Amino acid sequence: MVEMVNRPYAKAFETFAAGNPDILCLSADLTSSCEIDGFRDRHPDQFLSLGMAEQNMMSFAGGLGLAGFRPFIHTFGVFMYRRPYDQLMASIAYPRRKVRLMGFLPGVTTPGGMTHQSIEDISVMRSIPNMTILETGDATEVESICEAADSIDGPVWCRVLRGSVPRLFDTPIKVGDMRELSTGDDILVVTSGICTEEAMRARAAFTKAGLAIRHLHLHTIKPFDAQQLLDHIGSVRHGVVTLENHVTEGGIGSLVAETMADAGVGKKLVRLGLKDTYAHGGSRPYLMRYYGLDALALVRGIEKLMGQEFDISEDDLAVARVDDVHSLVKAEAL
Amino acid sequence: MRNERQTDDVALGIRRRVFEHAIRNNGGYLSQACSAAEQLAWLYNEELKLGAPTLPMIPKPFEGVPSQDNPDYHTGAGYNGPATPHHDRLFIAPAHYALVAYATLIEVGRMAPEGLEMFNQDGSSVEMIGAEHSPGMEVHNGTLGIGLSTASGLAYGRRLRGETGRTWVFMSDGEVQEGQTWEAVQACAHHGIDTVLAIMDVNDQQCDGAMSSVMDVGDIRTKFLNFGASCVEIDGHDLSAMRDAVQEPHAGKPLIILARTNPFHSMSILEERFPRLHYVRFKSEDERARFNTSIAADLGVDPVDYGH
Repeated sequence: MVEMVNRPYAKAFETFAAGNPDILCLSADLTSSCEIDGFRDRHPDQFLSLGMAEQNMMSFAGGLGLAGFRPFIHTFGVFMYRRPYDQLMASIAYPRRKVRLMGFLPGVTTPGGMTHQSIEDISVMRSIPNMTILETGDATEVESICEAADSIDGPVWCRVLRGSVPRLFDTPIKVGDMRELSTGDDILVVTSGICTEEAMRARAAFTKAGLAIRHLHLHTIKPFDAQQLLDHIGSVRHGVVTLENHVTEGGIGSLVAETMADAGVGKKLVRLGLKDTYAHGGSRPYLMRYYGLDALALVRGIEKLMGQEFDISEDDLAVARVDDVHSLVKAEAL
Repeated sequence: MRNERQTDDVALGIRRRVFEHAIRNNGGYLSQACSAAEQLAWLYNEELKLGAPTLPMIPKPFEGVPSQDNPDYHTGAGYNGPATPHHDRLFIAPAHYALVAYATLIEVGRMAPEGLEMFNQDGSSVEMIGAEHSPGMEVHNGTLGIGLSTASGLAYGRRLRGETGRTWVFMSDGEVQEGQTWEAVQACAHHGIDTVLAIMDVNDQQCDGAMSSVMDVGDIRTKFLNFGASCVEIDGHDLSAMRDAVQEPHAGKPLIILARTNPFHSMSILEERFPRLHYVRFKSEDERARFNTSIAADLGVDPVDYGH
């Protein structure tokens, strides 16, 4: 059974930031929702409430960066790039301010529907010069995201998981690296964020069915080590399947496709994720099933690539995690 | 660093330089010189506490945008002196006033006149819409409405560091149409940021024409007061009024000086082009010649010999 860690960001941020006067904690009226309420209460000198005014917050953070501070902005990811995109560009990205953009509720991890789900943020951030992109996929990565982000000489976009988060890894994020989770030589599966746990579930079933999966988990999306990926692609016989909590345009599916095309790799590629669609509001398991982001979707994707069925049913997939929906820290809480 | 010239003489010099440049180049940001010359002259010649320039008098060419691969990148802020704790900082929030701002740098001895010859030339750092790397600029402000927020963040950070220098913003009244301006004022009021000071060129003009015809903004002084700023309204061509306005107490609040100005001030013939004053490009050689003669007379100089 997977260990579940409760609110890993809350503790990790406080441990990392407290007592470092150059780090400021910015919030836009989502302080407890981003698990920094304890930090606010215990370290008020480093906390700055900027209200529901994200345009000002982005430029304000740029000004703090100009003064030599390293602001960590906390809000839901969508609110940091959709409305204040102009400010993100002009006040943060262009001048390479050391602003750490902690975007909560990536993709379908919220039942808040279109207005709350950042489904195209990676696509947007990948096209912004000077931007670094990190994504967390488990509690250990959440615990190490602050240190990883703060090691970057420039702005950093982070997809952060909150609430009850599974622990899948035992080593912290090493910026620029990728995690090799299994070393099969038939199919390469590339995942990030919450989709990695789904892929881990499917892997065992394929092993039983005689298909050896090589599984990579990406926590660093930009910059990206193309050669490392190409080496892995070169190590498998059949092709690549990507699975992401994001639209397939501009995310890691595109990243893999571009890498293959640039290098002239002629292998098959199946990209799974949100297929040119918005999502609606619902629970995470429901949305992942409905939009094809879960372990079963990966099974079908691999079958599509192989052109054969493996007779893997839902029952063959490793036991799905069941969140305590009555918990105070449930993912659904806004 | 203080200049020895009278501020009204600096303002006249700014207008003369912008006039000459506009005639030679068949157009330019003339009206901004009419409205804003006193404000920029007053800031640079009297009010701002700035150190000596740290960048060459003749601007260097464009040396690339900020990137990991451009380690020697720097902004144009060095024309305002070093970013030392006790010195003031200035943002030109409407970067479209760049031509007027560059003329000001020349008039106060911070940039060589050759700098203006580089204006809007390919490969030059003296860009038409002031960029971060343009003389006297420290951030990009061509997207209107972000300047006050950036200044507020910088001022908050400087306060945390115990710096005594102020953070000034030269603003334009069109920026009050942007919601971000009001977000910035409320943030300053909430956090008691009183080291932000702004002087706003209230010329009632914007790109499409008179603000009242594009999007009326009503009584902006009352709005600023209600959002928690201190706000003084003055005649923007009256230097003594500026000197008085900056004495307004504003503990715990930003100070906004609304400088009401005339967009044709000292260049009366510009009124012919009302209400499209944002960028004046001459429509004919005849118009160019008439403007040349008329404005030269207004400014007490000979008409420009532009080789027609």
